[in-house]
Amino acid sequence: MSGTGLAYPLEGGGAHSHSASPAGLSATEWGMLSFLLSEVAFFSTLIVTYLAYLGKDQSGPTPAVLSLPLVIGTTICLLSSSGTVHLAERALHRGAVGTFVLCWGATILLGAIFILGTGYEWYGLIVDHHLTISTNLFGTTYYTLVGFHAFHVTAGLIVLTIVFILTLRRQVTQHHATAAKLTSWYWHFVDVVWVVVFTVVYLAGR
Amino acid sequence: MAVAEQPRELASRNWTAALHDWVTTVDHKKIGILYVVMAVIFLVIGGCEALLIRWQLLVPRNDFLGPDVFNQLFTMHGTTMVFFMGMPILIGMGNYVVPLMIGTRDMAFPRLNAMGFWVTLFGGLLVYFSYATGGAPAIGWFAYAPLTERTFSRTAATDLWALGLIVSGIGTTTAAINFIATILGMRAPGMTLRKIPFFTWTMLWTSVQIVIALPPLTAILIMIVFDRNLGAHFFDTQNGGSALLWQHLFWFFGHPEVYILILPVFGMVSEIVPVFSRKVLFGYEFMAAATAAIVFISLGVWAHHMFAVGMSRTEDLFFVVSSLLVSIPTGIKFFNWLATMYGGRISFASPMLFVAGFLSMFLIGGLTGIMLAAAPWDFQLTDSYFVVGHFHFVLIGGTLFGVFAGIHYWFPKVTGRMLSERLARWQFWLLYVGFNLTFVPMHVSGILGMPRRIYTYDADRGWDFWNQLTTVGALVQVPSFVIFVVNVIWSLPRGEPAGDDPWNAWTLEWTTTSPPPSYNFEEIPTVRSRRPLWDLKHPDDPDWNYE
Repeated sequence: MSGTGLAYPLEGGGAHSHSASPAGLSATEWGMLSFLLSEVAFFSTLIVTYLAYLGKDQSGPTPAVLSLPLVIGTTICLLSSSGTVHLAERALHRGAVGTFVLCWGATILLGAIFILGTGYEWYGLIVDHHLTISTNLFGTTYYTLVGFHAFHVTAGLIVLTIVFILTLRRQVTQHHATAAKLTSWYWHFVDVVWVVVFTVVYLAGR
Repeated sequence: MAVAEQPRELASRNWTAALHDWVTTVDHKKIGILYVVMAVIFLVIGGCEALLIRWQLLVPRNDFLGPDVFNQLFTMHGTTMVFFMGMPILIGMGNYVVPLMIGTRDMAFPRLNAMGFWVTLFGGLLVYFSYATGGAPAIGWFAYAPLTERTFSRTAATDLWALGLIVSGIGTTTAAINFIATILGMRAPGMTLRKIPFFTWTMLWTSVQIVIALPPLTAILIMIVFDRNLGAHFFDTQNGGSALLWQHLFWFFGHPEVYILILPVFGMVSEIVPVFSRKVLFGYEFMAAATAAIVFISLGVWAHHMFAVGMSRTEDLFFVVSSLLVSIPTGIKFFNWLATMYGGRISFASPMLFVAGFLSMFLIGGLTGIMLAAAPWDFQLTDSYFVVGHFHFVLIGGTLFGVFAGIHYWFPKVTGRMLSERLARWQFWLLYVGFNLTFVPMHVSGILGMPRRIYTYDADRGWDFWNQLTTVGALVQVPSFVIFVVNVIWSLPRGEPAGDDPWNAWTLEWTTTSPPPSYNFEEIPTVRSRRPLWDLKHPDDPDWNYE
């Protein structure tokens, strides 16, 4: 970067951490929080649309074709990954890089199981129930809502994996605790969205 | 020969170096300038589209433009002015001024900032690329379903429109995230939330509103793309899709958008009025609370755009009441500006002149807004030229006059040169007269029953005279914009040197040089009151004794 770039560190301890920020959050933390707020607005729109069209179909498969046992299994995986990512983040905060690698890796594994589960579920819906995005309103809204959630899980997995590889190459230390924490906020958010999607699509909607 | 060639080589290298510098810059000031230049270019393009529309409507049964081209022109005019002129120019001015105002060296995420600009620009180019595919979209800027479905819009234009707005919407959202992080996390020491300059405060709330209102637009644009390209049925009315749902979701974005376009201007006016009245801003706390109130209330007023679709009586009443509620915090702001001016030593230098234009014109736009918020009135006049007149009073009388006030106020800081006052006065009066001549008659033609978006009309409707006034008014505005561009180009090299603080102002951006160095401040200032520069100038009577 030429001289116009960042001349000071952004994270805690930087030249600007002395500003009287409400709730004591740093600029990067405020950035992540407002990004997540924009994501809440995005998913709210998809959920409202799903609910608006629920039960409006004249033909084609209905939410009754969704299989609950499989999704309960993948949901347990995703929810426990919130716990492992929290443990990982706290471990890095303490400087326990070994525990961090272990818990971070477990998070990736659990997230990957969730995505594979979604893939398996979609395979069944497409092949056995002939439900695609163009079949009817249920297909349209279901694949869009669940698909955008899966897309967010996938994006999270990519970020988690990059951090994981950097850690194995010994490039992640206690100094990067803030970055790990912000990644974990995103991951928690993806989990919370799933709780809402699960409730709306698989519990209330069926 | 060698001697003659060397400087030319050097000059070309300087030229490419400068270009490289601007393209790769992450400096908030340069990015701010890029945003404003982009917005002014799109303002000219959108203005030319408006002129073509007005030329077509000059006389009844005119065959200057066909109906399809006319539909494309009003779609592109609205889209351009909202997404590629209005928001970029406000975000650009905020980008330049906010870090200087709060005493920091850059935005929180400089590279994200650069990405936001380029993505916004390329979104605009993507929308305009539709002309290369055989014609622009002809769906109107609010793109009512099912017009956007393949059945009705067969070319790629609608896809490019949706994709362009998705892309530029991502840019706008990242800019808002950046503002929130910068303003909440990077203020100079001592600058508590109760001491931040008012423009910064309005940029903060504008950003909150962008973060809440723009992602829903992105979501429904994605639905359009899915409908058109994957065979989804979101707004496909033949397969159960709902045209009404589109209206609800679009206006959930669309109405807050209006406040996104006006709140930063409220901030600029709140900076300029005190400086040119030589008084502190009257009722700072009430103004601050009113800003937050506008943001929250305006998230619940969207269906006043939809009274005519036949909602239930309860829904109608709810949206009438919530829409009328917005006028309370807006009224608070208005009276506080007047109270700031009251008893002050007012100087009508060009920034204040444009503020006076803003106050008088935005007031009219606000009052016709109250009329349209009343459902029975709206039943009569919805989708008529009365509505077109109303929102141009808000967006030109409000946003554009305020933006010009801000540009005339901060131009000396950005360039180190003063704009010519004489040219500024010509620009102001031509715009003021031309603007009124254009948009006052629209209210009349609307009340006489002229619907918006018609490409022509019959001679026996009694609309010709009002349409001719409108077109003449549009032509009167043209030299005003030419004078503005001439003023900027002329003043850049030849304007009077500005010095650090030409207006004798009170906020931190005026403590550094004009133009500021890339690092803004050699030493990060410490703040003890809302007017740190007053404290510096009057150590015997600092503001913190009174706040």
